[in-house]
Amino acid sequence: MNGPASPAIELRDVSKSYTRGQQTVAVLQGVSFRIEPGEFLALMGPSGSGKSTLLNLIAGIDRVDSGAILVGGTDITTLTEGELAYWRSRSVGFIFQFYNLIPVLNALENVELPLLLSPLSRRERREHARAALALVGLADRMDHRPGELSGGQQQRTAIARAIVTDPDILVADEPTGDLDRSSAKDILDLMAGLNESLGKTIVMVTHDPRAAERAHLVRSLEKGLLTNADLHLHS
Amino acid sequence: MASLISYSLRNLLTRRLTTFFTAGGMALVVFVFAAALMLAEGLRSTLVQTGQPGNAIVLRKGSKSEIESVVDRAAAPLVETRPEIDRAADGAPLAVRELVVLMGLPKRGGGTVSNVVLRGIGPKSLELRPQVRLKAGRLPRPGSTEILAGESVARRFEGAGLGERIRFGLREWTVVGIFDAGATGFNSEIWGDCDQFMSAFRRSAYTLVLAKLREGSAGFEPFRQGIESDPRLQLTTKPESVFYAEQSEMMAKFLRIMGISLTAVFSIGAMIGAMITMYSAVAGRTGEIGTLRALGFPRRTILRAFIMEALLLGLLGGLVGLAAASGLQLFTISTMNFQTFSELAFGFTLTPGIVFLSLCFGLGMGLVGGLIPAVHAARIKIVDALRTV
Amino acid sequence: MLTFIFILKNLSRHRLRNALTILGIAMSVLSFGLLRTTVDAWYAGVEASSSTRLVTRNAISLIFPLPIHYAEQIRGVEGVTTVCAGSWFGGVYIDEKNFFPNFAVDTRTYFDLYPELRLAENQKADFLHDRKGCVIGAKLAERFGWKVGDQVTLKGTIYPGNWDMTVRAIYHGRDTHVDETQLLFHWDYLNETLKKTSPSRADQTGFFIIGIDSGDHAAEISRAVDQRFANSLAETLTETEKAFQMSFISMSGAIVTAIQLVSSLVVLIILAVAANTMAMSARERMGEFAALKALGFGGGYLALLIMGESLAIAGIGSALGCALTFPAAAAFGSAVSQFFPIFQVSHTTVLLQGIAALAVGVAAGIAPALRASHVGIAQAMRRIG
Repeated sequence: MNGPASPAIELRDVSKSYTRGQQTVAVLQGVSFRIEPGEFLALMGPSGSGKSTLLNLIAGIDRVDSGAILVGGTDITTLTEGELAYWRSRSVGFIFQFYNLIPVLNALENVELPLLLSPLSRRERREHARAALALVGLADRMDHRPGELSGGQQQRTAIARAIVTDPDILVADEPTGDLDRSSAKDILDLMAGLNESLGKTIVMVTHDPRAAERAHLVRSLEKGLLTNADLHLHS
Repeated sequence: MASLISYSLRNLLTRRLTTFFTAGGMALVVFVFAAALMLAEGLRSTLVQTGQPGNAIVLRKGSKSEIESVVDRAAAPLVETRPEIDRAADGAPLAVRELVVLMGLPKRGGGTVSNVVLRGIGPKSLELRPQVRLKAGRLPRPGSTEILAGESVARRFEGAGLGERIRFGLREWTVVGIFDAGATGFNSEIWGDCDQFMSAFRRSAYTLVLAKLREGSAGFEPFRQGIESDPRLQLTTKPESVFYAEQSEMMAKFLRIMGISLTAVFSIGAMIGAMITMYSAVAGRTGEIGTLRALGFPRRTILRAFIMEALLLGLLGGLVGLAAASGLQLFTISTMNFQTFSELAFGFTLTPGIVFLSLCFGLGMGLVGGLIPAVHAARIKIVDALRTV
Repeated sequence: MLTFIFILKNLSRHRLRNALTILGIAMSVLSFGLLRTTVDAWYAGVEASSSTRLVTRNAISLIFPLPIHYAEQIRGVEGVTTVCAGSWFGGVYIDEKNFFPNFAVDTRTYFDLYPELRLAENQKADFLHDRKGCVIGAKLAERFGWKVGDQVTLKGTIYPGNWDMTVRAIYHGRDTHVDETQLLFHWDYLNETLKKTSPSRADQTGFFIIGIDSGDHAAEISRAVDQRFANSLAETLTETEKAFQMSFISMSGAIVTAIQLVSSLVVLIILAVAANTMAMSARERMGEFAALKALGFGGGYLALLIMGESLAIAGIGSALGCALTFPAAAAFGSAVSQFFPIFQVSHTTVLLQGIAALAVGVAAGIAPALRASHVGIAQAMRRIG
């Protein structure tokens, strides 16, 4: 993880539009930029600016209309549906605004879930999941179902799930959007820690300035275009 | 390959009420399905077991049931002296002439009249039917107006219990013994002295001749050729077990067709119930589906998870329905057999085949109900699904 | 009125689910109707019987015959107007699969006793003149494509041999209760043949059908007939045609009971489907109910909304099911016409279908309605999150 020459993520002239009824709305128009390995990037912008769409494209859960997205040297726009799913399971960790934990599974099982797609044995899966939960400080909450956890604990479980497969990049969509201020701070501390200690590349969409503050780099989107105001807030 | 069995199972456990209603509907269908098949099987096995392997029954040509048959007094000795028939220790042929008639008897407690088979037996009748055992009382004295009643007749008909009397043919008859013939049709019969019955019913001819063949089933073919080629005899013969098995065909077919067509219609209701449940499961968990897909689970895993859930639902319904149906084995049904026109008591019989079919039926209902919702679940776009959280 | 519109609007909310539920209920109501109709079909013979007809048979059982000369003695009993000898012939056309009822009857009196069998006068005259003629029901004629003048050969099971006959007339029922699948021929033809082939069985008949002056005298006449032959070699049992028909049904009573039992199970299946849907839609709308309550609507009103929806679903499903019952019964009836010559949906059945659906509507709605009426505002709001 020590400074490869190629960028972690590179977008080349990416466009994306949606049809809503009869109308076609251009969400992204020819967006190009690079994210270096180990970067902690915050994407900001008003609602409808296309920041979530951009995140979805980078995470491989949505498809571009044109352009290319290279993640770790792979152009994910050329992958088939199945290849893309496999790629996601190994390379991307997801952190959602509403945590998106499976309510019928307990914390440990939720974290273990992505490992079902790996060749690991049952025992190894359990060990990895326990380690990830311990890392986010929830070693004592493993048997609890999401409904029995606080919002902050749920988001920490979700972060454990995101890192358990040891992906290169983490994508976070409004990770603190549903949390009170102190829980939000804990979560941001955790993410910053993961970025620093494990060198994870993080792309975070947020409209919370406090969250954006913790990123190294903030980029803003306006009507599907990146503005030039790249703010390096972090020292 | 990753599978989400415990996820499917947990979801069913979580939505207990819905699971209960849906599986309950399917359980009722499986119950009716299994019950109809068990009844048909019970009837069939009762009549199949009625016949003894190695015995041959001789009847008038063209007779489909015992009551249609007539064997003249002159014909009976010609049959009995056939060389294919086994001999007793004293050298006499192991063959017997019997008279079979139907008589209407009132049932205990309701007074409704039902037809009972009366069988006039000869000295060798019991020897030829080792499955018939005396359960209570004693055997009738030959040439007397004493009779034996089959277990289920004794229980269900007025005057057929041990020591009781029945009046027919201008005489009084005393039940001196009760016999148990296992799960066979004989349990629904009354037996008495053949000659006494013939005079009571003004019959001059026998109904049938039953013979034990020297070489068992292997000896049947020469015996049949001997009987049918004899120009003096207007008779035909069948292995006893085949003959009685054929007596169940029409009724068993009726029960099976009715049971299957009924359950086919019912199952539509239950499958729609399963479909509603699975659709609501998919709708309620769209966000989860999106999450699972984002985590890298491919479409087919989602498809399988929901199909698995529907199958589990069907299996649960199947198991509950089957468990309830297996309780029916404690009951006995007595009804008129259309073919012989007489009352016959038989039970519900559960066979591994019926268990298998019933479970398949339950699973099938689950599958049909769950397939379309599962396909819908797998087709949801990840981005759209995540938006519903 | 607004409430009614509200209920309808709610119905259109989960279109797929409500449509499926309605379809499920319709299917179950349909099977309930078919089952009830099957039970009715079982009793069709009883329905069609007349109170001025008695049946005399051998007291031992139907398989024992009665001497034909009994007819004269029966005719002497006061109140008896007509006596007709008849025998169940049990003939088979080609093979057993083609089963239909066939009787040898005294054709001089039979049609006087059964005015509900209608046949053209010229055909009737032709039939009476042809010793080997036979009369067939319209449905039977249709089944085998038989026309007047066709040759039919029955294979005897009770009376061995091949029996050749010519179709001379086709009868139609006066109303839909009449069995149109029978074949009738001259008892004299049967008897004359038996005199030649097996004289010991000649001059005997299976039963007598007796016409009496009034249904009120049925009991006395029956007793009088039976007394006349008491302690004879062939004692008789005389009963009304209805009781006679009923005795067949009571022998297969277990099956009728089973069908009736199963028809109530169907109602439970409908209930499971409907209750599930109502429970789901109430659960999803708890937040809305709380909002309505916050606006000042009472718990009773919310209960009414749910009940109304449940009843509407059950009602539409039931109407659809009832409507489908008629064509389905027609199709099913023609498939099983061998077992059940009469297969008709009765008014009672339709009424019961309606009642069953109503009961299901109420039962399915009651628990969710109660839950909705007791919903706590704050609690339900939180549930929506």
